[in-house]
This record gives sequence, C-alpha cells and structure tokens, in this order.
Amino acid sequence: MKEQLERIRSAAVEAIRGAVDEQSLEESRVRFLGKKGELTALLRGMGSLPPAERPTVGALVNTVRTQLEDALHERFEQLRAQGLERRLRAETVDVTLPAPEKPVGHLHPITRTRNRMAEIFTGMGFSVAEGPEVESAYNNFDALNAPADHPSRDETDTFYFSDSVLLRTQTSPVQIRAMAGKTPPIRIISPGRVYRCDVADATHSPVFHQCEGLVVDRGITMGDLKGTLDAFAKAMFGSRTRIRFRPHNFPFTEPSAEVDVSCFVCGGKGCRLCKGEGWIEILGAGMVHPNVLRAGGIDPDVYSGFAFGMGIERVAMTMYGIDDLRLLFENDKRFLDQF
Amino acid sequence: MKISLNWLQDYVNLSAVEGFSPRLFAERMTMSGTKVEGWEDLGERLSGVVVGKLLSVVPHPDSDHMVICQVEVGGERPLQIVTGAQNVAAGDLVPVCLNGAKLPDGKTIKTGKLRGVVSEGMLCSLGELGLTVRDFPYAVEDGIFILQEPCKPGDDIRDVLGMRDVLVEFELTFNRPDCLSYLGIAREASATFRLPLQLHEPSVPTNGNGQTVGDLLQVEVLSPSLCPRYTARVVKNVKIAPSPLWMRTKLRNAGIRPINNIVDITNYVMLEYGQPMHAFDAQTIQSGRIVVRTARAGESITTLDGQERPLTTDMLCIADGDKPVALAGVMGGLNSEIEQTTQTVIFESANFARESIRKTSRAVGLRTDASARYEKGLPACNTLPALERACELVAELGAGEVVDGYIDVCNTDVSPRSVPFDWKRVNALLGTDLSASEMADLLRPLDVIWDGGDRLTVPPYRGDLVETADVAEEVVRLYGFDRIPATRFRGEATQGGEDPFQRFRARLDRTMTGLGYDELCTYSFVSPKELDQIRIPADSPLRDQLTIRNPLGEDTSVMRTHALPSVLRVVAHNLAHRVKTARFYENAMLYAKDGDHSAESRTLCFANYGCGDFFDLKGDVNALLASFGVEGAVCTADATVPYFHPGRCAKLTVGDVCLGYFGQVHPSVCASFDIDEPVYAALLPDEPLYACASVERKYRPLPVYQSMERDLALLCDESLEAGTLCGYIRALAGKSLEDVFVFDVYRGKGVPEGKKSVAVRLVFRLPDRTMTDEEADKSVSKVLRRLESEQGILLRS
Repeated sequence: MKEQLERIRSAAVEAIRGAVDEQSLEESRVRFLGKKGELTALLRGMGSLPPAERPTVGALVNTVRTQLEDALHERFEQLRAQGLERRLRAETVDVTLPAPEKPVGHLHPITRTRNRMAEIFTGMGFSVAEGPEVESAYNNFDALNAPADHPSRDETDTFYFSDSVLLRTQTSPVQIRAMAGKTPPIRIISPGRVYRCDVADATHSPVFHQCEGLVVDRGITMGDLKGTLDAFAKAMFGSRTRIRFRPHNFPFTEPSAEVDVSCFVCGGKGCRLCKGEGWIEILGAGMVHPNVLRAGGIDPDVYSGFAFGMGIERVAMTMYGIDDLRLLFENDKRFLDQF
Repeated sequence: MKISLNWLQDYVNLSAVEGFSPRLFAERMTMSGTKVEGWEDLGERLSGVVVGKLLSVVPHPDSDHMVICQVEVGGERPLQIVTGAQNVAAGDLVPVCLNGAKLPDGKTIKTGKLRGVVSEGMLCSLGELGLTVRDFPYAVEDGIFILQEPCKPGDDIRDVLGMRDVLVEFELTFNRPDCLSYLGIAREASATFRLPLQLHEPSVPTNGNGQTVGDLLQVEVLSPSLCPRYTARVVKNVKIAPSPLWMRTKLRNAGIRPINNIVDITNYVMLEYGQPMHAFDAQTIQSGRIVVRTARAGESITTLDGQERPLTTDMLCIADGDKPVALAGVMGGLNSEIEQTTQTVIFESANFARESIRKTSRAVGLRTDASARYEKGLPACNTLPALERACELVAELGAGEVVDGYIDVCNTDVSPRSVPFDWKRVNALLGTDLSASEMADLLRPLDVIWDGGDRLTVPPYRGDLVETADVAEEVVRLYGFDRIPATRFRGEATQGGEDPFQRFRARLDRTMTGLGYDELCTYSFVSPKELDQIRIPADSPLRDQLTIRNPLGEDTSVMRTHALPSVLRVVAHNLAHRVKTARFYENAMLYAKDGDHSAESRTLCFANYGCGDFFDLKGDVNALLASFGVEGAVCTADATVPYFHPGRCAKLTVGDVCLGYFGQVHPSVCASFDIDEPVYAALLPDEPLYACASVERKYRPLPVYQSMERDLALLCDESLEAGTLCGYIRALAGKSLEDVFVFDVYRGKGVPEGKKSVAVRLVFRLPDRTMTDEEADKSVSKVLRRLESEQGILLRS
C-alpha cells in the first residue's frame, strides 16, 4: 500500500509539474484528488487494512494529499503569473503614439491678472466692489474733483452718450458709490472695464481694465499706502520687489504719486523690459482728496484715506511679456492657449 | 516743455551740485515732482567738425566748378579738401568735417576721391550743420559757412557756435502751469537742490521824449471774465534787426528759430516767464485804441498765417477802434503784423481765461505756442513783470525807445494768498513726524512762507495750493517719499472678499475652462449692424441700443445688447487663421437701455466649432448645470430663435424660469460672419442661472439598497420627443422610479414607417429595502399598460 501511495504521489507530482495550463492542471487535480481520483480511491481502500495500520497509513495518505494540494496551488500560481505576463506582453502599446486631444480651457490673461490682484487684496481685508460702466459725468468727474475744464473730460478723451452720461474712464466712480451712505472703515478694490477715446494700437486700447483700491478710516496715512502697495507688489511680482513713489498730480488724490516697482526681470539693474531704468511704472496712488471725501459724504477733518489704481492690461503685458495690447482683444486661440 | 540746461544755469548754479550730470538732474527733479521725460545732448547731434583755416584754394584740374583747398585744422599737416563751393578764399575760417565726422542729418563724412583727387573731409555750409541764416545772419544760405566768430584752427565747432547744451524735456502736470517757463523750472530746481534762485528784477530805461504811454494808447477791456488782465507798453523808433548771438544761441538751443530782435524778444520772454507776448504795429491800430471784446456777428480776421477765419460771438478778440487785430491768445492778425518798416510797436502781455482760449483754438483749428500755454491756465501775476522784461531787452538790444509808463487793466487779484497751515494734520496725512519749522524750511524755496503761526503765504502763481492736503503734497515731495516709513493700516477688522454673485462668476470661469473653453475678452461697443447679422427683427427691444455720441467709428458706436456677435467674430478670426477647432466663452456684459443710462447684466455665451455636434454642446450645457447643482432643467425644441437653426435649438427651463437657449448657429448667421462651418452656441444669462444654482450644498445620504433596472424598447411615433416619452414614464411609474433615460433610438427593419423604436432604461429604487424582481416587473407592466392605452405606445416585440 505504501508503494502504491508512493507511486501515486510521484505520478501526481510529475503531472502537476508538467501541467502547461490551468486546464491540464485541473485535470491532474481531478485525476488524483477528485472524488473519483486515485488518492481518494486509495483512501477508500483503507477499510481493508488491519485496524492497527490504519492510523499510520491514514496519516501518510493525508501527508501526501497535503503535499499534492500545495504542489497544485504552487503550480496554479506559477501558471497564473505566466499567463498574466503573456497577456501583458501581448497588450504592449506604443506609448509614443499620439493621444486623442482633450480640450483644456484657459482663462484670459486679463482675468488671470485681475484674479491674482483680487486674491492679494481680499486677503488684506478688501472687498471687491463693482459699478456700472455707463456712468454719470458727476460720478466719473465732478465727484472726483476733476476741474470743469480738465482735458480728460474732452470728447477726444471720453466717450459720451449725452452731456451727463458717459462710459466711465476709470473705475473710481465705484469709490464714490462705495462711500455714499457708509461709515468707515471702507476697504475696497474695484476691478473693472473702462473706456477712453484711443485708437487701438500696440500700447492703446479704447477698452481696457483697471483695478483701483480705496481705504478710508480714521488715521490713514501715506505711510499706510506705501505699506499696502509694498505688500501688494511683493505678492504680485515676487518677494524681492521694491516700490518707488514719484510725486505726481491727479485730481482725486492729494498728495499724489506715480508708483514704480523694481523690474522683476533684472531686479533693478536695467534691462529691455524696464528700458534700462530698473523701474516699471505700474500704479497711480495718493491720499484721497478732501473734495472727493466730501463728495462721498465723509468728513475729511475726521477721516482720511488712500486710493490707488493700476491698469490690468499693463500689468499683464509686463508680467507675460506681451508686446502688443491688441493681442489681448483679438482672442486668437493660439494666443489664449498660452495662459 | 523743453529746457536748455545752459540757460537754466542763469538762474540756478547747478554746476555747484556735486557729481552733476543730466541723469542726476533728471532723477532728482523727477523725484521732487517735476517729471523729466528725457533729455538730449545737443552736442551729440554732430561730431568731428572743427574750425579750419584755408591756406590755399586752387582749381581742380579735371573740373571747372570744383576747387582744391589746403586746410589747416590744428594738426601736424594741413588736409587736402575738394569742394564745389564758390565762396571760399585763402585765409577764410570755415567748419571742416574731418574723416569720420557725423552731421545732424545722420550723414558720416569719409576721406574719398573727387574726380581723381583725394579729399580728406568736407567744408560745411550752414545747412549741413543744422543751422540757417537766421542763426548766423552774416552767413550765406548756399555756400560754405565763413566763420566770423573768434576762433582758431582745430577748435571744436560746437564750442565756437555754442552748440554744446543739454535739452531736458519735462512732462508737467495739470496743476503746475507756472512751471511752463525757465523761471518756474528754476524755482523747482532751486528747491530740489537747495541752491539759491538768482532772480533778476527788470528795470526799463525809458526814452519817450516827454510822451507817456497814455498819449499813444488807450486800452479798454469789455470782457473782463475772459481777459482778467491786460498790460501793454509802447516802443518807438523801432529798429528791426537780428538779435545778438547770445540770444540767438539760447533760442536755438531751446528749439526756437531766431527771426528778428522784436520777435525774438517776445519768444525769449515767453520762455523765461511762461507769459506769451504779442507785438502790434502801432500804426495799424485805429485811433490808438485797443478794445478787448468778443467778436461781433459776421466779423472775421486774417491771421498771421494768411488764413481768413470767420469769428463767432463767443470768441475773444483784440480789436482796435473798429476791427479785430488779433485772435486773443491764439494768433495775431495780418493787419497789425510787425514789418521791416514798423516804427512803433505795442507790446501786449495779457492773461486770458483758459477755457475761452481752448474753445476758440479748437473752433478755428489753430493751436499755437501761445494758445497751448493759455489753455493750461497761466497765472495773471506774470503779465507785468514779463512786459517789463521785454521792454528791458528792447532797450538792451537797442531795438527801440521804450515810452514811459505802462497800461495795466487788472480785474483779478494778483497778490500773494494766505492758506491755513495745520502742520499736525500734514504729519497725520503723511505718517511723518516733522516740526512746523522743518516743514517751513522745505517750503521756503517755493516762496511759501510760514508766518510762525497757523498760516502760510503762498505766491499768486500757485493757485493749486488751497488746503492742508495741498501743503502736505509740497512737503512730501521735497522731503522725499522714500523717507516715509511703510506701515500697515490699522483699525476695525473687515472681512473683505467677494460677494456670492462674484464667487458664482468665478465658479462659472472654472467650469467653462474645465470643459475646455477658452475665455474671451471682446469690446463692449459694437456696430449696430451686428444685430442684422444675427437676424434680430427690426422691432426687437434689443435694437434700442445706447449710442455713443463720439465713437471712434461706426464699428464701435453702440453698446452691445447681445453676446453672440462678439463671439462669432472671434470664431471667424480664428477660422481665418486656420485654427481648426475651438471652444470659446465669454461672460459678456450687455447694456440694455434704461432711460439715459444702461441696465447692465452679464450673459454667458459659449460656442464651439470643429469638435462635435448639437449633443456635444448639450453635454457641455448639462455639465455646466451639474456643476452648479441645477436640478430639474428641461430642454424643449424651439424654432423661433432667429440666430439658431430652427430644427436644432433648445430652450432650457427650470420650472417657469428660462435659463437660455442653445443650438446650432443658423447657417445664414454664420455666412454673415464669413463662417462656413457649423458653429454650436449657447446663451445663458447669468442671473437666472445664479438664481437656480445651489450655491449652498447639503449632504444627502448615499443609497443603502440596490437599484433595479429594466430596459424597454418602445415603438413610438416619429414625432414623439424622447423628453416627452420620459416624461410620460416618469409620471406613470410612481415614486420608486429613480431615473429614466433613452439609450438608443432605432429606425429600420422591423419598425414600421413613421415609427421609431426608443430604448429606455428605467431605474427603480426603494428607500427602505431592496426592491424585488416581481415588484419591478409589476411597475413596468403598469407603465406599459398605460403607455399603450393613453398614448398608443407599444412594447416592441
């Protein structure tokens, strides 16, 4: 019986090892371990053995069964791994073939720039205020302290619908609207679209965008304006950016300044972008003119404020190295897809 | 305003500034508030030109019009130069271009051969040096410039002719018309560099032979609001001649061509004081009377340029007893022009209201140096000093005899003003900590004087200084912005940020770009013809557009009331540039007329071409709705939208709210934009979408029990819309139906003509347990029964 067991064992081991696929392996399992299999038959024949031998032989048969089951399992895993490997090899693709094109949308560079500005200022506690583009001459000029004969009011500079209604030339009218009926603190930025009578060329556009800011409270100083714009410039153009105030004149602020940022290409040494100056003019700013505060219903003896404004296109063009303003309004996909 | 640095040094000794250079000057002036645009080193206009002495002049052997000169130029040996000029002789001193010399017209002179004879340079004419006979009246226009200046061979011609100077261009701000002069700039330079200002008090030696001005001239100002001040003097026995070299050089370097002594004096004083002057020939002034008045109806004047100009009754003119002799502040009349024969001159130095000059100058289409200055609003205090200066120069140049006395009709206050000085408030505005006397020190060079108390005296030409903020500006620009500490504003905290609608728009941007659409930025003013292009009916309210009174052109003359044309124009541009496929969107502002103003609202317009069909677009619309959590949106066919294909346009609604329309753009519309391929577009106004969007999201528990699905093929009439069929099923199936959708439509074999087989999937789910097959089958049978009995729709067998 022992010899018979050994014969079955070696035959089974050989059959299992020789199995070339899962099917022939299964056939081997049925042949030896199945209900009508050889080992099972042997186990059934145990009844003819003397009772004293039964435990020994039983144990032996079980050992062989375990051995065969392990061998089966091992071979099964081997065959599965081989099969998988074969399949994977067959599934190889040429990864250098092109992929079907998936559309990727792009925000317009003006929006990108505007969003970045809004992000920086809202982080400092500014709200985003908006107002109509078709404005009253009062809000666009009178309330902003523009003299009655200021050249910016000319029909060569401003688009008019009537003597009293125009396309705003700056987003500052939003400041007047923001001040009306409110008690400081007021901290707003007003990004938006503005208009001037300029024929479109590389540096002019009759339609463009500004982002202006206004802070009104007790004790607001020119130093606060400097600090705010310094923080903005560092966030917008990089942490090494410095700013420079140059005295200027605007009707709506007094004192007024033009604000340059150190060139973020050359760091101030002078290059093509900054035309060798080391500085790039970006902003106009100043302390809100007392007449403007008055027009907004705010007492200039109690409160003070600062305001600033910048052209979004100008910043975008500088940052992205765009050399022709018209590209921004032409909307060529090959241009838009670069942002 | 261009300023010659040489001339400016008459008033401020800039050479005392350590390391002085044009760049340093430009930077410091800019930083103290007088912005320098740029500067030009006039000496760099030409180089390599020296004085040469002609040693000999002999005829050219092979030419009958050229001569060969030996020229001493200060070097070891004389140069041989061939010239075609006829006016040279041995012994003459002439300007000589050495080999490599550069001339103002950009030419470079090199050694060469002329008819076989070596010429090592060139002898120069006035013109070749960029000069005219006005600059050097003793020279000839055509021929070599024979120098009469004190000089010797080898001297640089720029030194000899006073051509070394730097011309600095200032960009002046609206509030500082007083800086349109050498004295104004000099005062700023004096304050900037803290150098003394050297002022000159004009004093006029008179020689009227007992006559005074009143004997010769009466002035009457009938329009004092347009002419706040009029001053005049008379000069007799005028001798018109060229002015002296120093004046000609100054004027030339300042960019003004010398003419004759009288004209040069008026120009000189205009630059020095910023005060335009005019000179009349007294003989032409009828009855010795000058009347400053507005023109009478029908009057006209022939101005100095020879043009006859009709006048209107709002134009200010200078008239004599009977006719206009000058268009005030703009240009003189031909009838009173100074000529060689003029014997008596009336000098006018007047102040005119800037608005009046601006309007007149525009109306007659004539802008002169004088009108450009008056338009900026000149200070009235200058008229008399400028007049005195002019007459002083007349005497100094021997150009005539100044008659005793002057006329000054002054209807305005020209005395210094007093403004409040709240120095603590100045510090509060600036964030500085300066004392009153420190501020006073900064202001003193500007002639702004502290009384030691709470007032400042400001000069009459500084009309821009009114209140404390103005004083703060003067202090800070002279103190230096860079010395102000940068601080962060304090006070009550504000939250800031964007409002819900602004956040909605930002989300719209994210969704559209996520769907592969590029954002556009187009003009908001358009051509009124755009509405024709998209077939908007003549009686549509969209036609009621806001019209710009002064547009750049018809193409940009009305405010848009529709978003589609702008996007289609971009599509056309891209197709023309061979961009084969594109997806574009713009959340465009539209401007509906609302009385005199506009009601502004945004409409999302998106369009694509070359990337799918109607259903690809519908997929994008659905994705957009999903991203905003819009539920229950329904599409219905709409054949009435004029710019969409009548059979491929859907109206999108939620309940009673119309969200917008989408579909294939009507081929005729495309054709009107020169687009020859299908474009699919959607127009969804922001406001209803925003109203239907679930801005605030709420969690719904995930389904616990499995769903049960049943697919049915239903035989329907061809005309039945899938949406309608699903609607029937939804209504019939009861609450356990979670979803129903069409997944296939079949026409052909086995389906009768006029019918279609629509495959729908019904998804059932119960909230509290798994539905059984029997229950699902029962629901389906009920649906089928009623579809058949109520709608005649059969299960396809």
